[in-house]
Amino acid sequence: MAKNPLSQEARSVLNSLVSRRAVLAGAGAVAGASALAACGSGGSSTNAKNSVRWGNWPLYLDVDDSGKNYPTLQAFTKETGIDVKYFEDYNDNDEFFGKVQAQLKLGKDIGYDLVCPTDWMASRWIRLGYTQKFDAANIPNKTNILDTLASPSFDPKREQSLTWQGIMGGFGWNTAKNPKGVRTLDDLFSPGNKGKIVVLSEMRDTIGIILRAQGVSLATVTENQFMNAVDFLAKKIADGWIRGVKGNEYAEDLTSGDATAVIGWSGDMFILKSENAGKFDFAIPESGGTISGDNMMIPSTVTAEAKANTEKLINYYYEPSVAAEVAAYVNYVCPVKGAQAEMEKIDPELAKSEFIFPSDKTMANLSVFRSLTPAEETSWTEAFQKAAGN
Amino acid sequence: MKKISTPYLLLIPGMGFLFTFFLLPLFNLAQTSTQTPVGGGDTGQYEQTFHFKNYIDAFVENREQFGRSFIYATIATVLALAIAYPLAYAIAFKGGKLKNFMLVLVVAPFFTSFLLRTIAWKQILGEEGFVVPTLRNLHIISQSTTLTSSAFAVVAGMTYNFLPFMTLPLYASIDRIDPRTLEASGDLYANGFTTFRKVTLPLSMPGVVAGTLLTFIPAAGDYVNAAILGSPQTKMLGNVIESRYFKIVDYPTAAALSFTLMAAILVLVTIYVRKAGTEELV
Repeated sequence: MAKNPLSQEARSVLNSLVSRRAVLAGAGAVAGASALAACGSGGSSTNAKNSVRWGNWPLYLDVDDSGKNYPTLQAFTKETGIDVKYFEDYNDNDEFFGKVQAQLKLGKDIGYDLVCPTDWMASRWIRLGYTQKFDAANIPNKTNILDTLASPSFDPKREQSLTWQGIMGGFGWNTAKNPKGVRTLDDLFSPGNKGKIVVLSEMRDTIGIILRAQGVSLATVTENQFMNAVDFLAKKIADGWIRGVKGNEYAEDLTSGDATAVIGWSGDMFILKSENAGKFDFAIPESGGTISGDNMMIPSTVTAEAKANTEKLINYYYEPSVAAEVAAYVNYVCPVKGAQAEMEKIDPELAKSEFIFPSDKTMANLSVFRSLTPAEETSWTEAFQKAAGN
Repeated sequence: MKKISTPYLLLIPGMGFLFTFFLLPLFNLAQTSTQTPVGGGDTGQYEQTFHFKNYIDAFVENREQFGRSFIYATIATVLALAIAYPLAYAIAFKGGKLKNFMLVLVVAPFFTSFLLRTIAWKQILGEEGFVVPTLRNLHIISQSTTLTSSAFAVVAGMTYNFLPFMTLPLYASIDRIDPRTLEASGDLYANGFTTFRKVTLPLSMPGVVAGTLLTFIPAAGDYVNAAILGSPQTKMLGNVIESRYFKIVDYPTAAALSFTLMAAILVLVTIYVRKAGTEELV
């Protein structure tokens, strides 16, 4: 296996160039642009024998210094003889879905054998019957999934989806402006942060954290409770506390000083923290944070042969040693049990990171937003978008 | 026979383009705008029910962003005119040998992506740029005032981004003015201001009208500046359409809003062109 763990610095630099959700930056602006760009790129239309076509988010897999080779993928090909075509063109859940929806409906090849939608979008794919159930015999490593992620409401037995990486939502802050840290909603909305707070445009994280602070469980949240939390957010926006509801550009706002406290994602904050020693910090709110994931799924249009190959690939990435190699690069929550022990061998420092391997205590304080019905999805998103000024 | 058909044949590519990329989508948009969700259907599934109330609902719910779009676009257009007129005047009359070079400079920002230029403004107006600390030291703004995420930043971004669209038509118009008309005006005892009011401005009106239209129309529909430089309180109609389309997956409302915006711009522009009375505009 070609082991080539990057140095901390190199990783930071690479990650800061384009972090996982960077293409969401500029909100719709870039979404539109990438939608255009996506027309030109995309999975290849022919499915060569013995190959797997994988569409994933940008910078979401270990890559070597040249930026062209993916060490773990190469090792997989060497081991199995299966060629993997890797496309970093899953830029936005809505945009990707829009791109392949028509073909899925008609049962035509979408150009990918493996895709990576976020939980709520994964739920939509499953609901519409656009995925295939795994052949459990091909994925024995399935049992390695972390308990917290093992039974989401959209796929309670993980029969057709497995988490690629987990994402924690919590508070990030500028340590100089918040010397005591930000651990409660009151800390976030402390007078010093007025007008300098940015929250995520991903409603399940932002509203999820507010709901937890209001003592509501995300597994059973009702429409009334949700709307209450949205009203709370709308009031904070109207009163001038919040300067933006954004994708991962909040990281830029923190570095430029325009924002002093945020509701943000663990992966971004890990990078900020490691790049600017002591200047920024991240914590899961005392009242509870959110965890979500991007899921490996096999589209309904994939042939039996390609499906078997794809399952081998999924199984491979659930090997603890392989998962550790990926985690050493991407910095999001590693969903594979046993990877922490393997990480000791690669980078003992990272093995201790709460960002990648949250302790049981942290895990206990994270919760998954329940699946919404289509009607809820529409009206809740609408309420949230309105609060955000749209 | 052949002679008559040639012009029509030549029109085919243009008409074909307009038909495929303008009329068909427009028709599609019109259809979508009166649809309603399929009962019990999934996100994004709509059926045609000719529900024209979509238009009223969409307008009433978003009148705030509607108003903002037109106010911001108007301010940006006026500012762009105020900046571009002297600039175009100087290039046309005082440019001399450097005329072409100066025109290249006006267009030069277009060599960089629109998005990048807008993001650059975020840095310029940000806490770590030089503008904010300077203004604070001069006590022009208070220590706690920030410039990003404000209406000011959005309008400034729009003014900047659309400035070349204002400058070029103005230049084309002003450059065509015969300098002897200005001399004649002086000979007739008009002072500088009167010459400008009675001669230069009327002669450059086609440029003014073309420039303001080229600035106002895209500015009213713009959403990039509000998305990157604004806050939740400065969102424009473009942002609403974007969120309706991509995030809420509410195609009918997005379509109805697009149509309403298009109609509003069309009405305003018609009134404006009538008032400005420049038949020789094009």
